[in-house]
Amino acid sequence: MSPLQIQQGSSKHSAYDLRDPYTEVLERHTLAVIVDNEPGVLARVIGLFAGRGYNIESLTVAETDHQGHLSRITIVTTGTPQVIEQIKAQLGRIVPVHEVHDLTVEGDAVERELALLKVKGKGEARIEALRLAEIFRANVVDSTLESFVFEMTGAPTKIDAFAELMRPLGLCEIARTGVAALSRGTAAC
Amino acid sequence: MSQQMAGAKGSSKMTGAKMVVQALKDQGVEVVFGYPGGAVLPIYDELFQQNEIRHILVRHEQGAVHMAEGYARSTGKPGVVLVTSGPGATNAVTGMTDALLDSIPLVVLSGQVPTFLIGTDGFQEADTVGITRPCSKNNWLVKDPAKLSETIHQAFHVATSGRPGPVLVDIPKDVQFAESDYTPPQKARVSHYQPKVKGDIEAITALVEMLEQAERPILYTGGGVINSGPAAGQLLCELADAADIPVTSTLMGLGAYPASGKNWLGMLGMHGLYEANMAMHDCDLMINIGARFDDRITGRVNAFSPNSRKAHIDIDPSSVNKVIRVDLPIIGDVGHVLEDLLRIWKSRGRKTNKEGLAKWWKQINEWRAVNCLAYKPSADIIKPQYALQRLEELTRGMDRYVTTEVGQHQMWAAQFLHFDGPNRWMTSGGLGTMGYGLPASIGVQVAHPEALVINVAGEASWLMNMQEMGTAMQFRAPVKQFILNNERLGMVRQWQQLLHGERYSQSWSESLPDFVKLAEAFGCKGIRVDHPDQLDDAIKEMLAYDGPVIFDCLVEKHENCLPMIPSGNAHNDMLLPSDEIRAIQGAGAALV
Repeated sequence: MSPLQIQQGSSKHSAYDLRDPYTEVLERHTLAVIVDNEPGVLARVIGLFAGRGYNIESLTVAETDHQGHLSRITIVTTGTPQVIEQIKAQLGRIVPVHEVHDLTVEGDAVERELALLKVKGKGEARIEALRLAEIFRANVVDSTLESFVFEMTGAPTKIDAFAELMRPLGLCEIARTGVAALSRGTAAC
Repeated sequence: MSQQMAGAKGSSKMTGAKMVVQALKDQGVEVVFGYPGGAVLPIYDELFQQNEIRHILVRHEQGAVHMAEGYARSTGKPGVVLVTSGPGATNAVTGMTDALLDSIPLVVLSGQVPTFLIGTDGFQEADTVGITRPCSKNNWLVKDPAKLSETIHQAFHVATSGRPGPVLVDIPKDVQFAESDYTPPQKARVSHYQPKVKGDIEAITALVEMLEQAERPILYTGGGVINSGPAAGQLLCELADAADIPVTSTLMGLGAYPASGKNWLGMLGMHGLYEANMAMHDCDLMINIGARFDDRITGRVNAFSPNSRKAHIDIDPSSVNKVIRVDLPIIGDVGHVLEDLLRIWKSRGRKTNKEGLAKWWKQINEWRAVNCLAYKPSADIIKPQYALQRLEELTRGMDRYVTTEVGQHQMWAAQFLHFDGPNRWMTSGGLGTMGYGLPASIGVQVAHPEALVINVAGEASWLMNMQEMGTAMQFRAPVKQFILNNERLGMVRQWQQLLHGERYSQSWSESLPDFVKLAEAFGCKGIRVDHPDQLDDAIKEMLAYDGPVIFDCLVEKHENCLPMIPSGNAHNDMLLPSDEIRAIQGAGAALV
């Protein structure tokens, strides 16, 4: 109980906190948003998430259709089912947004992320790092006598697992691109 | 001669500034509300050299945007604003946010520093598209003169399509000087933005089935009915009257169903009528038509109309299931959906649950008998409710438009003034912008020069944009400023009484101006009245005066606006005038 004696409930802090108290289960969804490739579109999308208090776990964006002047934004977000529905509807009404696809709902999707990991070490640790990298099919893209930079592509969980193994072996820096995703099968956005 | 030659060849090269004016003409714009400055001088130069578009010079850019809102709400056409860069644009932000929340179509054109100065912190430079991104439906910074005219046509399309809203086009000064080809509206690509207007026929048929069986149906209507156009209002009346369903409306939707109609329950919500809120709470079928379950309407969400099935007709998919889960969403334009709904209902034999409806109306009439708007009359002090009742009585049947400021007077106006048609009531609903009413009244008067335009105001709100009286004088807009003067920030005072232990922190107005002398200073008429016996004559004097009037009506200082659903309460838990005023405690105290 807070000092204001506010009870927990459907409107626990203000009239604007209207999340359904009965479905507090957070879901993780991957959204593909096709937008006009013009200045300010990304700001508009990010501003929507910031302004309405939605989560962004990962976001990637790049032009995917040069002639059609379109970009694809892949967003991984979490929220209750009601919030996820709102996010999709709010994205859909942004004027430069053409399509919103919920890859988590529309069927199985392939998700891949690229990571670069710098591991410093000597002796046995260095050999162990290289051995594990081989198992995970990570490539060495830079090497000194005391360090490696590994490149690996995979599902985010695979990268998490690799990074966790590298930590005691001298992991000192990591850069990740965020998730790119496509639906499996013949269906296309 | 050379110009004629060019015209004969069909070339349409012109400067950016000329394109702006040409695009406005081609979009049918008659009036622009604005204020000049360095970064829009080329456009003002073009405005000077033509007579088709009228320019209303405001005294502050916020006033320009509210005037454009008043113009738009009273005509259904988009309002157009022209401001300079930097402070001109930032002053427009409040009005744009107001228009966004109330879904009012506006096209705001702002000047910008030349493209080569953007990003250098130039004089009067502001990141206008960045600042206005969250308060516009869309905005554009035009760096290429070849795209300028097309962008302006797109801006009009976006502002007026789907759920209407404000848009902004930011035009650097060098683009205004540069020459390029003009694109007429017919050739402009209006982008992929084409919101769906026809509702799903299966869903509409399902709604008809629910309607045929409902024992206790209610139509909960909002601003979407008015935005959809006059035809939507007529269809609403036809449906309500033919199927005998009670109608309530949000603040934004007043007038769509006539207040003199037999099925009218009055406004609902925090200061809505008892019968309207009770009917919303107890109904078994709620049909939301173009409203958005605002928190002023729902009260406590988990106690909102617990036993009803809910249908929601809205053109904006993001309105559906945002606040209240509904059983039957129908995405589409209100007018189109109501047309299909009526057609299907008629073709199935115009069935209703007559027995259920008879009981329902009996119950509603019992609630009506509570007389929730009753107040204690006074022989020596003007009660604000009484002032509005007299205003209503003395202006009945006139070609009347009403705007308001924000606060107690606004709610009383919604309760005591009656509107029999759409587009007659202009008020800041979503954003609750004090200072809205005076400029909005001027915008309405500009659109309807012969009509009676009254701004029902509180003295505190009115002072926020009172400089616009200069605009009213300059452009001969005979707006009547009906100020209910209680020398208090009335609604703040009311909440402090009910929620904050009667500690009246900063909620009184000291050093108020003498409004009669103020009127004289502006060159218009001032009338002060402080006794109920003089009220009628004073109102008649105001109505008879052929020019702007500042009407200073000194009213009871401590009147509370009731009924009231305190924040955090359910619809059937209202404070009524008959109740002992009790303090609001617990969870409700933290709500707004």
